[in-house]
Amino acid sequence: MNIFLQYTLLIYFLPLIAFGIQIFVGKRLPRQGDWVSIGAVLTTLILSLALFAGMLLNYNPHFEQNFSFTWLETANFKITMGFLIDNITIIMLLVVAIVSSASHIFSLKYMAGDPRYSRFYAYLSLFTFSMNGIVLANSLMLLYMSWELVGLSSYLLIGFWFEKDSVANAGKKAFLTNRVGDIGFFIGIMLLFTAIGSFSYSDIFAGVADGRITGTLLTLAGIGLFMGAVGKSAQFPLHIWLPDAMEGPTPVSALIHAATMVAAGVFMMVRVFPILTPDAQILIAYIGGFTALFAATIAITRTDIKQVLAYSTLSQLGYMIMVVGTGAYIAAFFHLVIHAMFKANLFYGAGSVIHGMHHALHDLKDHKTDPQDMRNMGGLKAKMPITFWAMLISSLAISGIPFFSGFLSKDAILAGTLALVERTHSHHLLLIFGFGAALLTAFYMFRMIFITFYNQPSRPQIFARMKESPRAMLIPLIVLSVLSVYIFYTLPNINPLSDKGWFTHLVEAKESLVPGGINPTVHDIEESIHHSHTPAMITSLIVAAMGLLLAWLMYFKKTLSAEVWAKRLKPLYNLSYNKYYIDEIYNKVLYRPFLKLADWVAYLDWNVYDKYFINGFGKVTVWLAKIVGIADYEGLDQGVVDSFGRGTKRLGGSLKKLQTGKIQSYILFAALAVVIILILQVL
Amino acid sequence: MDNLQVYLIIAALLFSLGLFAVITRRNAIAVLMGVELILNAANLNLIAFARFGGMNITGHIFALFVIVLAAAEVAVALAIILNIYQNFNSINVDEAQQLKQ
Repeated sequence: MNIFLQYTLLIYFLPLIAFGIQIFVGKRLPRQGDWVSIGAVLTTLILSLALFAGMLLNYNPHFEQNFSFTWLETANFKITMGFLIDNITIIMLLVVAIVSSASHIFSLKYMAGDPRYSRFYAYLSLFTFSMNGIVLANSLMLLYMSWELVGLSSYLLIGFWFEKDSVANAGKKAFLTNRVGDIGFFIGIMLLFTAIGSFSYSDIFAGVADGRITGTLLTLAGIGLFMGAVGKSAQFPLHIWLPDAMEGPTPVSALIHAATMVAAGVFMMVRVFPILTPDAQILIAYIGGFTALFAATIAITRTDIKQVLAYSTLSQLGYMIMVVGTGAYIAAFFHLVIHAMFKANLFYGAGSVIHGMHHALHDLKDHKTDPQDMRNMGGLKAKMPITFWAMLISSLAISGIPFFSGFLSKDAILAGTLALVERTHSHHLLLIFGFGAALLTAFYMFRMIFITFYNQPSRPQIFARMKESPRAMLIPLIVLSVLSVYIFYTLPNINPLSDKGWFTHLVEAKESLVPGGINPTVHDIEESIHHSHTPAMITSLIVAAMGLLLAWLMYFKKTLSAEVWAKRLKPLYNLSYNKYYIDEIYNKVLYRPFLKLADWVAYLDWNVYDKYFINGFGKVTVWLAKIVGIADYEGLDQGVVDSFGRGTKRLGGSLKKLQTGKIQSYILFAALAVVIILILQVL
Repeated sequence: MDNLQVYLIIAALLFSLGLFAVITRRNAIAVLMGVELILNAANLNLIAFARFGGMNITGHIFALFVIVLAAAEVAVALAIILNIYQNFNSINVDEAQQLKQ
C-alpha cells in the first residue's frame, strides 16, 4: 500500500478508534483512559510530523496524491470518497495535530477531577477525527460529512458542563446558527453536483473549467459554499455563536473555537477558491473585512478575558475571509496556520490564568466572583511568569509586530487587500476594514495584557493565592510560544520582514478556473502584491504601533483615562459594550416574531384546525354514522331483511292452504298436472 | 263401430268418469267404485289395442290380470275402509284428513 495512504489512514482513524474506546469503556480504564486519547493524538502528531518532514525533503510545490474509492454507485451517478494529500493538507494536518495534542495535554490538569473526564477525552478524539476528515477530504461529500461531525463535537464540547443553563443554551445556539450556514453550504454543493455530477474537487474544477456551470449559477454556488464558511468561521451576520461558545472548557475554546474548527471555513474557501467568480469574491471580501473591523470594535470593551479572545478570533477570521475575497488566498491559509498557533496559545494562557483564579477563589470559598473577569486580576506577571511570557509573545504575534509570526501573515493579508484596491481602483472601504482592525487588534490585545498582568492587583486576597499552573499546562504554552516566532515560517530565509520561505514556496496559488478570464491571473495578483507590499507593511506597522501606544497610555501609564474616554464617546462605547445589540436585534427581529409566529400557528393548529376542522370532521362523522345506522336498522334490517322473512312466512302461510290433507285434492292436482304436461307436450 | 278411436274415446270417457268419481265422491265406497271405473277403462284400452293394434293375446292376458288384481285391490280397499270407519266412525273421506296435521 502507498506509504502516504498508510499514514493518512492511521492519522484519520486512530482518533476514531480512541473515541470508540473512550466512549464505551473509558470510565473503566485506569486513569479513566485519558492515555488512549492522548496516545492516539500523539501518534497522529508523529505521523503528521513525518509527512511534514517528507514534504520539506521533497520540496515540490506540485506534490499531490489522490486516493479515492467508490462509495455509492447508482445508474445515474457515482459518488466517490477519498483523501487528497497535497502540501496544504500536510501543513493543515500538522496544525491540527499540534493544537489537538496541546489541548489533550493541557486538559490533563485543566479537566482533572471533572466527573465526565473520560467523556471529555472521547469528545476531543471525535473532534480530532472529524477535523482530519475536513482536511483530508478530496470531495465536498466527505468534507460536508466531516463538517457536520465537527459541528456535532463542537456542540457536545461547548455544552460539556450542560448542568448550567447558559452553557446548554450556548451549545444549542452554536449548533443552530451553524445550521443556517450549512443550508447555504448544502445548496452550494448541490448546485455544483447537479451541474457537474460529482462531488470531488478535481471533477468540479474540471467541470467549471469546461464551463458546465457558469455565470450567476456559479456565483450562487460560490456564495452557497461561502455561507457554510460564514456559519463555521463565524462571520457576520452568523458570528453570534462564537462568543457564546466560550462557555465551553478553555482547552476546547483553544482547539475548536480558535485554532481549527472555526478555521475550517477558511480552509474550505482556500480549497474551492479556483471556482469563485469575481462577484462572489467581492461579497466574500466585504463580509470578511466587515467582520474583522466589527468584531475588533467589540473586543475593545470586553471585560471577560475569554470574550476578548473570542472577538479577536472573529476579527482574525474576518481577515482570512477578506483576503480570500481579494484573490491573494494563499495569505489566508498562511494566516490560518500562524493564527492557529498564537491564538491557541492565547487561549491556553487564558485557561492557565482562569485555572489559577479558580483555585484561588476556591481556597477563599468565594463562588460569586467571576474567575474570567479581568477586572479581578492585575499584576499577575509576578505570579505567573511563564503564562505571562507566553501570552505576551502571542499578543505581539497577533498585533503584527516584526520578529513574530503574525507579522508575516498579517502583512500578506494587508498587502493582498491593498493590491486589490490598486488593481481595481475601488473597494477602498476594505483598506479601512483591514487597517482599522489592525489598529484595534494591537489595542485590545495589550489592553488585556496590561489589565491582567501589570498594574496593582485589584483583589489582593485573590492575588496572594495565585500560583503558576502545573507543568502539563505550561508545556503547550511553551511549545506554542516558540512556534509564534517568525523563523519557523520563513526558513531558510531569516529576514524577519519578508515572508518568503518554505511556506510560500510549497503552497502555490492556483489559477482561477472560471472561464472567460474574468478573474485576474495568479501572475497579476502576485505582481500587484509585490508593488503594494512595502506600503502595506509600513502602514500596518504604524497602525499596530499606534494601537499598542494607545493601550500603553490608557492601561499602563494611565495618562489617558479609559473611563473619561468611555464617557466622552458614550454612544460608541455603548454600542461596542452591547455588541451592537446584535443579539437583541436578532431577538427582536428574528426570535420574537418567530416565536410569535409559532404561537400563532400553534393557536391556528389547536384552536382552529383541531377544534373546528378535526373535531368538526369527527362530529360530522358521528352524525353521518347515526344516519347510516338509522338507515341500516330501519331501512335495511327492518325493511329489506325482515320483509324477506315476512314475505317468506306469508308465502308459506298461503301455500300451506294447498296442503289440505285431502287425498282427493292431491289426486286432482296430480291429474291437473298430467293434463298440463300433456297440453305442453302437444304444443 | 269397427275402429280403434271409438274404443279409445269410450275408454277415455270411462277414465274421466272414474277420475271424477275418485275426486268428487265423499263416500269411500263410491271412490272405490271410481277406481274400478278407471281400471276398467284401462282394461278396455288393453282389449282395444289387442284387437286393433297387433298385441294379440298379450292384451287379453293383461286385462285378465287387471281384473284379478282389481278383485284383490277391492278386498284390501274394503278392509281399509272398514278401518277408516272404525277410526272416524264414518266413511266420509273428507273427515279422514289427519295427513294435514
